[in-house]
Amino acid sequence: MTSAAVLAPPEVAPAPAGSRRAAQWFAGTLSLVACVVLWHLLSTFHVRTPVITFANVPPPLEVARAGLDLLGSPKLLQHLGWSLFRIAAGFAAAAVAGIGLGLLIGRFAWAQAVLAPPLEVLRPVPAVAWIPLAILMFPSSEVSMIFVTFTGAVFPILLNTIHGVEGADPRLVASARSLGCRGGRVFTQVILPAAAPSIATGLSIGMGTCWFCLVSAEMISGQFGIGYYTWESYTLQNYAGIVVGMLWIGLFGMGSSALIRRAARWLMPWQEARA
Amino acid sequence: MSGHIQVERVGIHLGAGPTRFEAVHDLSLDIAPGEFVCLLGPSGCGKSTLLGALAGHLAPSSGRIRVDGQPVDGPDPSRGLVFQHHTLFPWKRVVDNVAFGLQMKDVRAGERRTRARELLAGVGLGEFTERYPSQLSGGMQQRVEIARVLINRPAVLLMDEPFGALDALTRVKMQRLLLDVWSRVRTTVVFVTHDIDEALFLADRIVVMSARPGRIVEQIALPFARPRDATLVTTPEFAALKRRCLALLEEPDDGDPLPRLTPLGAPDATWHFAV
Repeated sequence: MTSAAVLAPPEVAPAPAGSRRAAQWFAGTLSLVACVVLWHLLSTFHVRTPVITFANVPPPLEVARAGLDLLGSPKLLQHLGWSLFRIAAGFAAAAVAGIGLGLLIGRFAWAQAVLAPPLEVLRPVPAVAWIPLAILMFPSSEVSMIFVTFTGAVFPILLNTIHGVEGADPRLVASARSLGCRGGRVFTQVILPAAAPSIATGLSIGMGTCWFCLVSAEMISGQFGIGYYTWESYTLQNYAGIVVGMLWIGLFGMGSSALIRRAARWLMPWQEARA
Repeated sequence: MSGHIQVERVGIHLGAGPTRFEAVHDLSLDIAPGEFVCLLGPSGCGKSTLLGALAGHLAPSSGRIRVDGQPVDGPDPSRGLVFQHHTLFPWKRVVDNVAFGLQMKDVRAGERRTRARELLAGVGLGEFTERYPSQLSGGMQQRVEIARVLINRPAVLLMDEPFGALDALTRVKMQRLLLDVWSRVRTTVVFVTHDIDEALFLADRIVVMSARPGRIVEQIALPFARPRDATLVTTPEFAALKRRCLALLEEPDDGDPLPRLTPLGAPDATWHFAV
């Protein structure tokens, strides 16, 4: 781990950290601006090719206007609030189920034998495909929406937890037992912290896929939610609104994943401490 | 004084199915309380396997092992094990790694940290107690590992080539430190090595083993007085005993050296968690 850093010589003379960061910011901003300009050109000139057409794509300025309209409307907070609630509930349920099942499956052969096959079958099923069944299973449409976001987040969390538990160094377990660690304490003192970095990765990915599934989930919704707003904009042919909704989802998805990574760094200071 | 080890006609098989082999064959050994014994032998001769059985991580397929009259039937804090590569918990600070054994005995946090700090000061690491293991050098990590084992006041200290991965200079320093610590705590030490100089410098008695199946070829009681210092290695007596060990270790050149075994079994053996 540390030896690689020692062995690899720096390829270029390291620039001062400040100026390198500034250069990165500059490159990032430039790239974003270039994307918007390209979008503007493609949509205002209604570029058509046999494969893809930009005739109905709203140009950036139109989207910005729609975005500002929504920003001024009291509906925005309701849309975002409901979406955040559904994401939070679905994600929390997925974290509990994913980590719990993952610890069991990673640690006990019987749990793997019993639980792995059905989960493997369910894993490739996309969130959209769950909608009809979710509506049939849950009398409350709110619960079915939460369930759909749950299906998006649970598998990355589950798989990363299993991976983390199986990757726990058996030498650490042996040492802990030699030092008097027994039974459930091996789990809490060794397996869980050893798996924690991998679990954090799973949570971060799971948070991303949660937002992924939001539009699918809120297709069921009657009124509110930023995913619902996106879908409704399409059905009402409010094309600029589609992009506004997409951007909000992108922003919130990015922000919440960053929040998870920040929390993980705070909870696992030893990860940062690597010399 | 405790720490009397009795190994009676012990055989140990490793692996499963067609790759199963006898790592230790019909081995008997009696180690007195407070004695410092080095197991010396070529790679793969079963000395680490024997150590793993003494620690309770491997079960003999025949014969029996007793420490102070009690049969060894699993790992126990009274038999401390130090691996070649440290097994410190990366998520615990140095002081909490050392205090782990006391934590398992439910000693209060304040008291166990105080005792861990005292022990760390005794191995010259008083200033590094709040670091994470990854922030220490290899020699420091091994010193922490030794302190972590000693906090349980073990009757037996089992060491599997603990300085094998260190550079030559650090290794010599660590050998002196170990003798210094041992002069104060006086546990029985079983020290596995393939370094003749190391064995001669440290031990009261050297047990020379040969490979496949592992068995004892000779036992050499060392006449050197204690405390020992660096001048010992240049004396004619040291040189004469070194020649004798070299002659014993000289093997018919019949191909590649055997793979290294570990106290947890064969290197490729799949490990099953046992709680």
